[in-house]
Amino acid sequence: MSVPNGQKEKPNKILQFGNEAIAHGAREAGCYFGVAYPGTPSTEILQIFHTFPSVMAKWSPNEKVAVEVGIGANLTGSRVLCTMKHVGLNVAMDPLMTFTYTGVVAGFVLVVADDPGMHSSQNEQDSRMLAKFMKVPVLDPANSQEAHDFTKMAFEFSEKYNTPVMMRETTRIAHARGIVQLGEWAEPVRGDNMKRDIQRFVMMPNFARARHTFAEERTLKLLDFSNNWEGNELNLQSKKIGIITAGVASNYVRELLPDASYLKVGMPWPFPVEKARKLAEHCERVLVVEELEPFMEEEALIAGIKVQGKEFFPREGELDLDTVGEGLHKAGLLDAVPPPNANEPVLARPPVLCAGCPHRGIYMALKKINADVYGDIGCYTLAALPPLESVHTCFCMGASIGNAVGAALNENNPKHHRVAIIGDSTFFHSGLTGLLDAVASNANMTVVIVDNSITAMTGGQQHPGSGKDLMGEIGPKIPIEDVVTGLGVKHLIVTDTYEYDKTLELLKEAVKHEGPSVLIARRPCALFPKKIGIDPYVILDDPCSGCGNCLRIGCPAISISGRKTDRGMHIPEITADACTGCTLCQQVCKDDAIFSIAEMKKSSGEEVEA
Amino acid sequence: MSDVVNVLIVGVGGQGVVLASNILCEVALRAGYDVKKSEVHGMSQRGGVVTSHVRFGEKVYSPLISRGQSDILLGFEAAEALRFAHEVKEGGLLLSSTQKIRPPRGPQKKKAKGLQYPENALDDAKKVCHGRVVPIEAEEIANELGNSRLTNTILLGAVSTGLDISDDIWTETIKAMVPPKTIELNLAAFARGKAVVEGAEA
Repeated sequence: MSVPNGQKEKPNKILQFGNEAIAHGAREAGCYFGVAYPGTPSTEILQIFHTFPSVMAKWSPNEKVAVEVGIGANLTGSRVLCTMKHVGLNVAMDPLMTFTYTGVVAGFVLVVADDPGMHSSQNEQDSRMLAKFMKVPVLDPANSQEAHDFTKMAFEFSEKYNTPVMMRETTRIAHARGIVQLGEWAEPVRGDNMKRDIQRFVMMPNFARARHTFAEERTLKLLDFSNNWEGNELNLQSKKIGIITAGVASNYVRELLPDASYLKVGMPWPFPVEKARKLAEHCERVLVVEELEPFMEEEALIAGIKVQGKEFFPREGELDLDTVGEGLHKAGLLDAVPPPNANEPVLARPPVLCAGCPHRGIYMALKKINADVYGDIGCYTLAALPPLESVHTCFCMGASIGNAVGAALNENNPKHHRVAIIGDSTFFHSGLTGLLDAVASNANMTVVIVDNSITAMTGGQQHPGSGKDLMGEIGPKIPIEDVVTGLGVKHLIVTDTYEYDKTLELLKEAVKHEGPSVLIARRPCALFPKKIGIDPYVILDDPCSGCGNCLRIGCPAISISGRKTDRGMHIPEITADACTGCTLCQQVCKDDAIFSIAEMKKSSGEEVEA
Repeated sequence: MSDVVNVLIVGVGGQGVVLASNILCEVALRAGYDVKKSEVHGMSQRGGVVTSHVRFGEKVYSPLISRGQSDILLGFEAAEALRFAHEVKEGGLLLSSTQKIRPPRGPQKKKAKGLQYPENALDDAKKVCHGRVVPIEAEEIANELGNSRLTNTILLGAVSTGLDISDDIWTETIKAMVPPKTIELNLAAFARGKAVVEGAEA
């Protein structure tokens, strides 16, 4: 995957997914410093970047800190790559809104991965709009090669125009593979000295006013650049129809309407108005085909260019050949496309908590006490679905605790339990300030920190509690207990979620406590850093009564066998090569029908000997 | 664009769909084609449905296959093959492992349609698929060969029968992409998968 610096015999063309191509593009551009908080679909960029020689890369606790760390490295003169998912950008907006005034010391590229269709996200915001709001130029690649090339160019533009540059990709770029022609690696630019310049870097009103003027003047220069840049590709063919398109959507247009004239936009903001005007002058009719918001459509309309767009193409979800085809049909440009499949639905297969997942036990306990559970972002949100059904909200990173504080201060029912549930990585990301508020307002609520000691949902990244970072160096491992007690929490208990009865008792104790309490539910993740082993258990048909208790824990290793008890109840069975032997099902079995296969073999062996 | 070959690979998280599609992409690249592939990571790692779109030809723009336009549907799991059977185009090919993976579920209060596991998924698939359906007992063959992880290569052997790419390219790619100790086994698995489809033709 990685090519050592200076190696001559690298393959001419290789297959890379967008995130891989971006990491390579950054390294070729001489980027030294990479910083991020993991978030699908952006995570792999930094994971690949950190494997390159002569670079520095780290995870930060959240995207705001990542940007601030990146700015700090940049102020000393380093080229910086900072990556995040779209919702992470919301967290990072505060420093960025002012960084755009100061401008950069060396190249600074911000990669933001949008997730149209919400494959792994809670909303589908269009980050191009935030780029405009921040007054930073945004590049929008259409394939892996462009992801690579644009990243490299982004560093160049950043230094030339003294601005952070946003590379906005989408899931279908980030995680789609295509052929990439790689280039040579430049020597990474690493700064060593912060050059003081208070008029530029101390954004108090007097200085900031001057910098705002600078930013507005820069926008005019960038507009001029965008109007002339070849990455905004104007191709005049048919006089009947012209299409303005960008990103992954441009692929669908070019496949469906190969003869149309088009403006394939690589830089949606500042929008290349003059190129769009040329297209409109050449063609009788101009359509805009873009995913999510009518961003370019509005830019064109504001400039007085007559275009049509969202009246034909959806504003929600991903586009594909079919939705673009349908839109072009509505616009009278294509024959009808085949309708969506109308076959009978096949069984649902929703994602579930893994077999052996350490979160399962605490959710069983939460369901038992019937608490209102304010949820957060992570695998553990999956417990909102049957059969666990014990998460009742999910907004954004850290929201669980704030939500529970608000509910606790409003509700006037001492018997009603309010529980915020938040993962360890999410707690470090955005939970600390919420918990501070809970303590400061003496809110009558419980925070459960489900601590699996890793950032699991995104594939197992380190965080401040891991004592490790991307580069592997061991930093101090920060115990959650210390943070919680340091924030002033008086009632703190730790439980092992594989011990169901104890967990339930400790949870009951925590919710009874007057004022804020914290229960740390601790067990390593079943997948990361190492997949836990298989230690299968078995359900014996006799004495199983078919009560279904073990099915209610939502373990993917347990399913209905097809066999029935004498009374006609379904007997469940355990898939031996999936069972990790967490024993939760055994703990809730009221018939004593579940046993460890290994132990059964051992004891039957002993009996034979006796 | 009829000169683009579309292969849709489907299965359940953890089955090796992504690895198989990576090998297929590499084969197409070595055969000199432009290649695009798209799949979704994330939630699907937690036991959900996984699909991978592989497209190759002289020039490929879209990373996604359009409705009902798959030349080959490769199923790693029977119910998933049924779920996507309508995506096969007229004269196309549905190749699927007969393996069944039942999703976990709590006790059911009522029998909702669509929630029951389709026991005869590949027979049902024949009714909705516009192409030929070939079931492959990949698990059994893999066990005969002595390694359950070979299902992947067995299925790729089956896919190779529907593509105009020489065996030499397949062999050289498999040699390059599997652990060195398992090369012979993987090549045997590839041949067995191929034989299943060729045998079904005869």
